[in-house]
Amino acid sequence: MNNKNLSFIIPIIIIILILIGNPFYIVEEGKQAIITQFGQPIGNPITLSGLHLKIPFIQKITYFEKRILEWDGYPSEIPTKDKRYIWIDTTARWKIVDALKFFKSVANERGAHAILDGIIDAAVRDAVTAQDSFEVVRSSNRLRKLIEKEKIGQEDEFINEGVLATIKMGREKIREEIVKKAKSDLGPRYGIELIDVRIKRVNYIEKVRQNVYERMIAERKRAAEQYRSEGRGIRAEVEGKTEKELKEILSLAYKESQEIKGNADAQAAKIYADAYSKDSEFFSFLKTLETYSATVDKNTTIILTTEGEYFKYLTDISP
Amino acid sequence: MDFQQKSPEEIIRSLKNKFNFNNSKKTTLPLIIGILVVISILKGAFYTIQPSEVGVILRFGKVVKTTSPGLHFKLPFGIEKAIPVPVEKVYTSEFGFRTRTSGVKSVYSQKSYDDESLMLTGDLNVLDLEWIVQFKIQDPFMALFNVRNVDKTIRDISESVLRRIVGNHAFNEVLTTKRIDINNQAQKEMQDILDSYEIGIQIVKLKLQDVNPPEQVKPAFNEVNQAKQEREKLKNQAWEVYNQKIPQAKGEALKRVKEAEGYALEKINIAQGDTKRFLLLYAEYAQAKEITLRRLYLEKMQDTLTHAGKKYILDPKEKGILPLLKLENEQ
Repeated sequence: MNNKNLSFIIPIIIIILILIGNPFYIVEEGKQAIITQFGQPIGNPITLSGLHLKIPFIQKITYFEKRILEWDGYPSEIPTKDKRYIWIDTTARWKIVDALKFFKSVANERGAHAILDGIIDAAVRDAVTAQDSFEVVRSSNRLRKLIEKEKIGQEDEFINEGVLATIKMGREKIREEIVKKAKSDLGPRYGIELIDVRIKRVNYIEKVRQNVYERMIAERKRAAEQYRSEGRGIRAEVEGKTEKELKEILSLAYKESQEIKGNADAQAAKIYADAYSKDSEFFSFLKTLETYSATVDKNTTIILTTEGEYFKYLTDISP
Repeated sequence: MDFQQKSPEEIIRSLKNKFNFNNSKKTTLPLIIGILVVISILKGAFYTIQPSEVGVILRFGKVVKTTSPGLHFKLPFGIEKAIPVPVEKVYTSEFGFRTRTSGVKSVYSQKSYDDESLMLTGDLNVLDLEWIVQFKIQDPFMALFNVRNVDKTIRDISESVLRRIVGNHAFNEVLTTKRIDINNQAQKEMQDILDSYEIGIQIVKLKLQDVNPPEQVKPAFNEVNQAKQEREKLKNQAWEVYNQKIPQAKGEALKRVKEAEGYALEKINIAQGDTKRFLLLYAEYAQAKEITLRRLYLEKMQDTLTHAGKKYILDPKEKGILPLLKLENEQ
């Protein structure tokens, strides 16, 4: 009977205790907790995960994150040293390292965000306003070195004076400065550790962006015009070359052919002269006779007299 | 662990024996309740880990072990909790665009993600970049318990890193030659930063997708491409004419030279023929000059007069005949 009673009584007591005021609490992995008694924190924060004990009814448990948490600021417009407005969006990682301080100073994550908003925004502003806009964009003088070595920029319509400026800080250094400043401003009093701040987005403000677009369009148009005129130039050049070569080829051929003909004429003249000079009288006799038969045809009327050599026998028989 | 070896029926039977239950109708209701309780206990006591997952087991919120794929037992009543973590799965984060339904023909969201995709290049121009980051969980414990919002952290770091790198390159480089370099550099840098958070995530791939000039600048960009085409066209046209005319001219030139050569041959041959003939004749003429002259003269006259149209032979002693002749001047 005793055993039976016990096996009933013990679970019932446990159930009652659980229902009325749980003396156990669980701290999950990635979480931490502080115990409060009538609103006042008691003892050290519990950072070990697992099952823990507390005094029922009196003590209450408040949980906090132990993991790395995100902070995402509102993008802000910040004027730079060269009087350009840029639009900067930062993100940060932080965690609660001292839950007790955290609880006392900011109470919860929302409170922490408010603190971080102020501190990070100020740090970003301080760091960025002291710099020229291109310092926030580029991290090194890589492009400048490339230009100096003439590796880029020759056919690049987009390289302009902004690139030529040497960077003193650069984006990464500015970021490190922001982190340093924010960390020192934050201090240990909130129990918050700022792990890092990163520049997520940098852009021109809308109005400036339109100007940049217009500049880009103008540059492209100029480039297009350059290509077109280059095309026309090449065409003219090739046309000229064609014309020149045509003339060259044809005139050379003319020259050569005239030379050949002239040589032949000369040679022929020499052949004739050599031969005919043996008896020029006889040659003119033959040639003259030839021209007679060549010039007289059936339309020719010939009037001859009997006094000539040819018909002299017609009237006079004596030889 | 004994539970595992016994079937539910055996457990019920042993319970019945313990509490002296019998099969009378009075005990039917408690029996049903008992069975339901046992089932619910069993339901909470078993869990399955899929082949691509790892199970992280928490006892009272504390990680006690990890389990491999299969059916496992855990303590019920929330004492033990099993979190299945897909360690094989490759997650994809999209930047500057969103895939609505993927497939052979993926549908992309029409919404514009300009804030995400517009960035400044090193030469202070604006570029519209779309990219993806693929990652998987390398360490389930780290991924679960070191960083709260893993996905957001990856997105933030990806944007930050890619912007930094693009900010260090020229507009044209990002658009053309440096894409692969940027992929690799960004992936490595992202991994380094994430490792510093001990986030337990491995970046599998970071890849630039569409890289474009901003929408407003695009027409001007196309104009440049068009102008480039135009330049090539003009160039090609001019060379076409060149290629058409020059070989023809070369042919003509050759023809001209050959013709001249022909002329030369002809001229010389004729000269040689003529002179040969003359010399042969001359050789004979030299032997009998008078007779040959006369013969040649008469032969030629005969030939000439035969071919003449009208012939008049006049005797100068007979005067007055001349006017009678009607000389027709034809044409």
